[in-house]
Amino acid sequence: MSYLALSLTLIFVLIPLILSKTLKLGLEKDTFIATIRSIIQLLAVGYVLKFVFDSNHFIYIFLMIALMIGTATLNARKKGKSIDGITWKIAVTLLTVEVLTQAILLGFHIVPATAQYIIPISGMIIGNSMVLSILFLNRFTAEMHAHRDQVELILSLGGTPKQAIHHQLISAIKASMIPTIESQKTIGLVQLPGMMSGQIIAGADPIQAVQFQLLIVFILLTTAAVSSIFLGFLSYPTLFNSRMQMLKEKF
Amino acid sequence: MDKVYEPAIHFNHVDFQIGDSKIIKKVTGSFPKGKITTLVGPSGAGKTTLLKMCNGLISPSAGEIFIHNKLITDYDPIDLRRNVGMALQAAPMIKGTVFENLELPLALQSKKLPEEDAISYLDDVGLERDFLHKNADDLSGGQRQKVSIARTLVNQSEILLLDEITSALDRASLKEIEELIVKINGKYNVTMIWITHNLEQALKIGHYTWVLMQGEVIETGESKLLENPQNDLVKHFVQGVIK
Repeated sequence: MSYLALSLTLIFVLIPLILSKTLKLGLEKDTFIATIRSIIQLLAVGYVLKFVFDSNHFIYIFLMIALMIGTATLNARKKGKSIDGITWKIAVTLLTVEVLTQAILLGFHIVPATAQYIIPISGMIIGNSMVLSILFLNRFTAEMHAHRDQVELILSLGGTPKQAIHHQLISAIKASMIPTIESQKTIGLVQLPGMMSGQIIAGADPIQAVQFQLLIVFILLTTAAVSSIFLGFLSYPTLFNSRMQMLKEKF
Repeated sequence: MDKVYEPAIHFNHVDFQIGDSKIIKKVTGSFPKGKITTLVGPSGAGKTTLLKMCNGLISPSAGEIFIHNKLITDYDPIDLRRNVGMALQAAPMIKGTVFENLELPLALQSKKLPEEDAISYLDDVGLERDFLHKNADDLSGGQRQKVSIARTLVNQSEILLLDEITSALDRASLKEIEELIVKINGKYNVTMIWITHNLEQALKIGHYTWVLMQGEVIETGESKLLENPQNDLVKHFVQGVIK
């Protein structure tokens, strides 16, 4: 795409700006900031990726993944402030999902062990895991507050903290996984996934683009399941003390 | 208290505080074994806090609690809570049938409750066997409280803590629950500690009474103390409630 053509795509920014101004939505400033940030961030990452792909050195791949995990952790942790140690719990969850997925992909030679494959796939894994973590924490916190009396009931009858929080934990895990599963049911029928569309526009064979998209779709299922379950089981023990009492400030 | 008795629960200089706020202040005293003791006092006096400390749902900030002469912290929390049952004020139910709710204490130990036993527990609380497979969400306030009490009986606890179980009931249900508590106390010789706002009820049902105000035990003794309190604060409280 030429720079002139790229400049013309700003028309798609002008349309919402004009609509916002006309209808007094008050979104002009946010739209403007979002546009500038996306230009700067994407161009910067484009140059960084070019450098990393050209060098194809392990340390740069590692640094890129560490940066992704760090940024995703900082973003997701805001939703789980009531859970002690939520920062490291999210970081460990993202790292586990990344290591597990890449071990399968690289171990079975499903994709080549090059920066060109590892980094974009890692971005999708970590990004999806971050969204899942946020969904899970949102739901889990809401469930805990809404069903405090049930947790107390089970403890009062001699249940363990795990038994007491089981229902809330399972509800939150299911609720966070449902969007991933549901969106995959209509994939290709309602929406063409971004990665596949990008490959086709760039001139790739549609069948090959579909194959890669299937790979990502399946990875995202694992990501969804492992992220919410792992984070859930790391999180719930911090809501109780060693005498199996609910920590008042957490509920 | 006037007579010599064996304590089921003993408090020794117990404090409970959250931040700078003291909810329970230097409480010392015993709850007699096999008897019904009522806890009365104005809202916010610390009655529920005191009750929750008895089965380890919360721990004192200072002081000691003994259950059957053994320090509460020497009990495994799970064993303690099975031995000291509690019926919560709101009578929360898990989703499912009355049977599933009755079976809950055993299900938590991976055990099953035979249906005949469940019917017997329902009978204890004056509910027909037809209730067994009713959805718990469809129960009235009184029925929920009865199921909640029956559920605490399943663990065959030696001590039962009852947190305002009649506060939201109509007159008929209230009378039924009162009779039920007396029946359970007699049949199973269970020690009962019952929070109530109803002083007539405390006089009628309770063998002993503790009057709590602002986290302190102001007066204790046989329930008839409510007819003629010695302490001015208690006198004022009793007159206020009766008016």
